[in-house]
Amino acid sequence: MNNAPVKKGFFSSKSPAIMLLYIIFLMLPIYWLLNMSLKTNQEILGTFSMFPNDITFDNYIVIFTDPDWYWGYINSMTYVVMNTLISLGVALPAAYAFSRYRFLGDKHLFFWLLTNRMAPPAVFALPFFQLYSSVGLFDTHIAVALAHTLFNVPLTVWILEGFMKGVPKEIDETAYVDGFSFFGFFTKIFTPMIASGIGVAAFFCFMFSWVELLLSRTLTAVDAKSIAATMTKTVSASGVDWGVLSAAGILTILPGAIVIYFVRHHIAKGLSLGRV
Amino acid sequence: MARITLSKLAHSYVKDPKSDKDYALRELNHEWEDGAAYALLGPSGCGKSTLLNIISGIVTPSHGRILFDDIDVTFEDTTDRNIAQVFQFPVVYDTMTVQQNLEFPLKNRGKDAKYIAQRVASIARSIQVEDILHKKARGLSADQKQKISLGRGMVREDVNAILFDEPLTVIDPHMKWELRTQLKALHKELKHTMIFVTHDQTEALTFADKVVVMNVGEVVQIGTPQELFEKPAHTFVGYFIGSPGMNILDVEISGNQAKLFDANVELTQNYSGLKGKLELGIRPEFMTLCEEGQGIKIEITRIEDVAHHKIVRARYDNKDINIIVQEDVVITKTMNNMTFDMSKVNIYENSWLVEGEKI
Amino acid sequence: MKKTVNQKAWFLVLPVLLLVGFSAVIPLMTVVNYSIQDTFGNNQFFPVGLEWFEEILHSERIHDALGRQVLFTSIIMAIEIPLGIYIALQMPKSGIWASVCLVLISLPLLIPWNVVGTIWQIFARTDIGLLGHTVAAMGIDYNYSQDILSAWITIIVMDVWHWTSLVVLLCYAGLQSIPSAYYQAAKIDQASRWNVFRYIELPKMMGVLLIAALLRFMDSFMIYTEPMVLTGGGPGNATTFLSIDLVKMAIGQFDLGPAAAFSLMYFLVILLVSWVFFTVMSNIDKEEG
Repeated sequence: MNNAPVKKGFFSSKSPAIMLLYIIFLMLPIYWLLNMSLKTNQEILGTFSMFPNDITFDNYIVIFTDPDWYWGYINSMTYVVMNTLISLGVALPAAYAFSRYRFLGDKHLFFWLLTNRMAPPAVFALPFFQLYSSVGLFDTHIAVALAHTLFNVPLTVWILEGFMKGVPKEIDETAYVDGFSFFGFFTKIFTPMIASGIGVAAFFCFMFSWVELLLSRTLTAVDAKSIAATMTKTVSASGVDWGVLSAAGILTILPGAIVIYFVRHHIAKGLSLGRV
Repeated sequence: MARITLSKLAHSYVKDPKSDKDYALRELNHEWEDGAAYALLGPSGCGKSTLLNIISGIVTPSHGRILFDDIDVTFEDTTDRNIAQVFQFPVVYDTMTVQQNLEFPLKNRGKDAKYIAQRVASIARSIQVEDILHKKARGLSADQKQKISLGRGMVREDVNAILFDEPLTVIDPHMKWELRTQLKALHKELKHTMIFVTHDQTEALTFADKVVVMNVGEVVQIGTPQELFEKPAHTFVGYFIGSPGMNILDVEISGNQAKLFDANVELTQNYSGLKGKLELGIRPEFMTLCEEGQGIKIEITRIEDVAHHKIVRARYDNKDINIIVQEDVVITKTMNNMTFDMSKVNIYENSWLVEGEKI
Repeated sequence: MKKTVNQKAWFLVLPVLLLVGFSAVIPLMTVVNYSIQDTFGNNQFFPVGLEWFEEILHSERIHDALGRQVLFTSIIMAIEIPLGIYIALQMPKSGIWASVCLVLISLPLLIPWNVVGTIWQIFARTDIGLLGHTVAAMGIDYNYSQDILSAWITIIVMDVWHWTSLVVLLCYAGLQSIPSAYYQAAKIDQASRWNVFRYIELPKMMGVLLIAALLRFMDSFMIYTEPMVLTGGGPGNATTFLSIDLVKMAIGQFDLGPAAAFSLMYFLVILLVSWVFFTVMSNIDKEEG
């Protein structure tokens, strides 16, 4: 293959100015949120300025000291992590089965799984509420985690299957010849080989569970109330505290911004469900 | 078609090259004759792709100039160089039919429809794709696709040169022969200047009028296949070309007397003023295996039977050497001596060939 | 890869089956159950056949919501897909700037959906938002909470802001998979920029572009949180899309029967369209293989 640096690709006809404009378009609203979060409410409502005149961290301090706020983050994190673990746990063996074997009804099953990704959360909100209430799981972390598996498990299976297809089957056969049991092979050899796939799948579980509002709000009330719900409930109260709301918003963006750096090269592959 | 001149051409990917090591391509002067077929041969990483990319215009050389028929094109873009290139893997426009693929370069250059139709028909005949002209290129096999990329290069009559970047890598072995033969026939018919990059010596030797052998960024020899075989200019060429390659032995020389590890041989030429490391090169084809006492004693380690001859693997002076013996010769236990065809012996000073005076 | 037939593989799929069965089948059964029954309260139900389905099919309210939904989805797809392709073509191919661009453009995708709503709620307000303030300062009559056109434009710009990056990322991945030899060949053939796009880039992007379209269709058709936070479905019902209407009906008014019938039809429409996408996608895969 020719690895020589290319003097002028067709990509040189692209314009950095347009890229810059697009990024400014993306960043401006986020910047504005950051700007608000560093102002006092008087400044927000009183003057209109591009920068906070008098930077204050009071809004953030409110969030870190008021249990109502910081428990929202803890609750969200808890069910997101639970969801990620459950989704990966059940999806790994299933994805392996889909990538390696043919069995009765495999294609139908695969399609049926995908249809769940297509289900509007609004359709499931009420039945979920009734289901989890009737089994006594309402307002628990596990309820939200389980509800989110409805979307995340199909996605995880699909992503992992894409990555597993890339591992040659001879690896499996060699391992069995070498005397590994299925379990030993799966945990010691196979799983490390698709580590990046697992990383990407985990990232997507994290992301979809983190951004979802409707189900998490429907299934929780007090004990497991998510940060998203905390934020919307604050909005509906009279006299919105814009500063605190902005600070809370900034704090919800941070986890995503941190994780995304680590998976930046795999995002597209994950988004395309392993098909790129 | 054009004569391509490389003048003091060199290239380094490093900004400020200091030693030879920094150069992907060391200084080179050469003229590629109009209408000849060349092969660029060398191991991977020897700089042959860099050289090809400089000719095609993907890479601008850091030093020197490149001329097409005395016109300086060093800084011209690929588009303006009017060359064609066939890549390592087939590059075809998947969504077009074979015919549209072949028409594409001509249409883009605004040729008139009649001329296009006539050219495409003629090229389709040459590369034998007439029966699939209306198929989409997407579904074709690798060798058919490669034929189309070849055809797309040749459909223009006025191309300055056609460059091939290891074009047979992805082709099935039995199709390789066929494509190579076709390529040779096309060259005879159309007389384009062709430059063929490869790391496969058979490909190079059977395709080209002249072979350019490269190693670590340097052109070590340019010559006909026969010259490369009989008079390798560098021990690398001797070793790289031929199967097995040339045997290289340490030697001391005075006049026409050569002193090997434990034997003396008489050379056909007189050498004087040699300095540095001296080596004697002799091809396995020009050696004979003989009975004890008739030549130089060696230690035979293995005898391999290949298609039409035997390869005797042996040790001499702590070095591996190979001797080719005809199929019908019976090798007995006492045959453990070697002799050389002295007219085919080459002497190397610091790895480069030196010529002596005829006696 | 050749797959071997092995029925025992079912055991590996079993956990997924149980889990998704629990979280999908049971709730779905509930929905089906509601859709054919009515109640006078006290948990007493009696069957009503397909009455709810007929009611929904003839309900003007649902028709309007569906109309708005189709309009919204069409508009955002017509903007986001071409824009996404265009931006992907402007992305740096490699190096530090490629990484920076990747991280920055992915950022909106990772923001909780209600926060997206909040961001735009603030950003577009004429009193404290940069956008609203600027637009109002230019003398344009703009107010997303009272003016229908303003509300629609704000929601569409918000969705473009939120989701175009998805299309960009997918197209970018498609573009990255094109070997540089194709561009070189195009230069040799003197192909125009448009032809390079038409015959090299677009065919190679087709697969991922379909996924992008599928995802954008599905997600925009289910959109709930962002417009809910931004406009609450208003002014009036001007931005009440299907999901918003469904939640109003089911949780707000507790009209379980019609809501359930509505849910099922809603789900089926998405499934149907997705299935068409899916079939087209597999056919393209086959052609390429």
